[in-house]
Amino acid sequence: MNIAISASGPTLDSEVNPRFGRCEQFIILDPETMHFTVLANTGQSAGGGAGIATAQHILKEGIGAVLTGNCGPNAHQVLSAAGVKVITGVSGNIRDAVEVYKKDGYSPSGQANVGDHFGMGRGRNR
Amino acid sequence: MKEVVILSGKGGTGKTTIAGSFAALSSSKVLCDCDVDAADLNLLLDPVIEEEHDFTGGRLAVINEEKCCRCNLCSQLCRFSAITDFKVDEIACEGCGLCARICPVKAIDMKPDIAGLWFVSKTRYGPLVHARLGIAQDNSGKLVAQVRQRAKQIAAEGGLDYIISDGPPGTGCPVISSLTGADLALLVTEPTLSGAHDLERIIQVCRHFGVKPVVCINKFDINEVNTRKIEESCTRTETPIISRIPYDATVTEALMQAKPVVEYTDGTASMEIISLWQNIAFLLDGKTAPAPWA
Amino acid sequence: MATSLARSLMDDHRVTLLDCDVEEPNAHLFIKPQITSTEEVAIPVPGVRQDRCNHCGKCSEVCAFNAIAVLADTVITFPELCHGCGACSHLCPRQAISEIPYRIGSLEKGGAGNLEFAMGKLDIGRAMATPVVRKVKQQSDGSGITLIDASPGTSCPVIEAVNGSDFCLLVTEPTPFGLNDLALAVEAVRRLGIPCGVVINRAGKSDAALEQYCLRENIPVLLKIPLDLKIACLYSEGITLADGLPEWKIRFKQLAERIMELAGERSCNTQR
Repeated sequence: MNIAISASGPTLDSEVNPRFGRCEQFIILDPETMHFTVLANTGQSAGGGAGIATAQHILKEGIGAVLTGNCGPNAHQVLSAAGVKVITGVSGNIRDAVEVYKKDGYSPSGQANVGDHFGMGRGRNR
Repeated sequence: MKEVVILSGKGGTGKTTIAGSFAALSSSKVLCDCDVDAADLNLLLDPVIEEEHDFTGGRLAVINEEKCCRCNLCSQLCRFSAITDFKVDEIACEGCGLCARICPVKAIDMKPDIAGLWFVSKTRYGPLVHARLGIAQDNSGKLVAQVRQRAKQIAAEGGLDYIISDGPPGTGCPVISSLTGADLALLVTEPTLSGAHDLERIIQVCRHFGVKPVVCINKFDINEVNTRKIEESCTRTETPIISRIPYDATVTEALMQAKPVVEYTDGTASMEIISLWQNIAFLLDGKTAPAPWA
Repeated sequence: MATSLARSLMDDHRVTLLDCDVEEPNAHLFIKPQITSTEEVAIPVPGVRQDRCNHCGKCSEVCAFNAIAVLADTVITFPELCHGCGACSHLCPRQAISEIPYRIGSLEKGGAGNLEFAMGKLDIGRAMATPVVRKVKQQSDGSGITLIDASPGTSCPVIEAVNGSDFCLLVTEPTPFGLNDLALAVEAVRRLGIPCGVVINRAGKSDAALEQYCLRENIPVLLKIPLDLKIACLYSEGITLADGLPEWKIRFKQLAERIMELAGERSCNTQR
């Protein structure tokens, strides 16, 4: 199953982006083949509920898991309800992060790891 | 880096005055004016604007008069009473887009609403990120978030230790937007009944969003009875009072000269503010702030 | 200001005082009203009939505020993001959405003598003040004098409080902050087409800048309250100036008369 990684740049050598809802793009990757595409994050410019918009946007890609730095409760709720594993606390190089994921090195987070409205500059948006 | 946001609940207690002095006392930091509705920090810091950006809030409905068939369905369905005489009231319109969708002749478009401007400026005390929200605009907190985001970026790029945010009054969207994710909230209050009452509310808001609040009582000696009441209330809510600034006429003088207090005077208030900053810095990252210019 | 005016006018007029500073209401501290009723303030948010819903996603598509997310087999709503616009329920092709109330605050009503009083309070943690302000404003029946105490600033909840008034009293102070914020407030009030006047609080030796601004802008300075320890003490104790120093009661009455001349009757608004 594909996984989505919040990305600070468009390649596997880019860094994992610390914010799920407000990152500029996602790397949508098949961990078996390491083939990937870059998906622009249309949710990031939302006034309110960027996490929700972003979550709905990437769910269309048929992913099984999300790797990111931080994910707020609204986005987490949407992703979990869709059966997607949310893995937070991921940082560093995307390629390295994927390797850790493949070796089952990450445990999915049971809940949001940051308070709501963490995303855009750590502020709330309405 | 660590962020302290200065809030109060009640307006006019001295947040910006203190923020201005913190600017003068701290070396490695970026300043952030989150009171986008009535930004005043810039008045103390003499900023030179280096970047100016449009801020797009939401959208506004615009009715094309030629296409309009005057059925008035839009006006009937609008929850915000924003359409009268087949014209959209830009102040009332919340940009929900319902009118545009239901118009039988597609006469309504949703246009992006330039709701304000935000700036990155240089001051003699370091970078300042600030904004000016347009009049009667929805102060939803989005512009506040934009300002904070940029400040965080500047701090990260420059390896700066602190973000000092001057917050807005109240407890609603813009306050929440300036608060979430901050490392510490400094609540500035005054020994009045209103100040004490409003302080209790803003303390609750801080707790609700998981940001540790500490309190400073400004002009504490103008009413020691109320100061006592505030102290009792803070003890009850286990909120530390870390400073009591005495009333000092030179503070007003400094303000009139548009200078940070600590730059203008070495009176009693100034001394206490210096001590306050040192406490704040220590609470933020355990570092002992150096004494300011000798 | 609002409370002093209320206390000064209630002897001779039917006065309604509305505290529209719903994030930090404190007029009641000065007026000490008897509260006779409390009601919830709620906004309509979507309630989805999961049995009628076929997860087409239309509601999510039309929501401008991302307050509703549609997944393969369920719909999640986020009431705290909802603006109550009604788009989702109106446009749902299966009429699967009804509107249910979501509490955001409270309205307290009461009185003190022949003064009618109402205040709004935004619940802690709730972000949208405007609907609560709207509810408070509905409490005036338009008779007599309505005094509206608004919050500081010029953004949406303030505009909601001020809109529709016959006059707006802008309270400022003679500092660079006061002047800066006053200019913004004047612009807002002009945008709404409401005549205004200025009260200088903590007036003293440095009023010149404010006075010059007002002169240039053709705005009357209607009252100056000096920087005075006695006055500050009264305020800190929750006593209105009108009650604490009787000569001020007369001044407030005169102020009200002047305002009514400038604006016509019905309602008057004070804003910090």
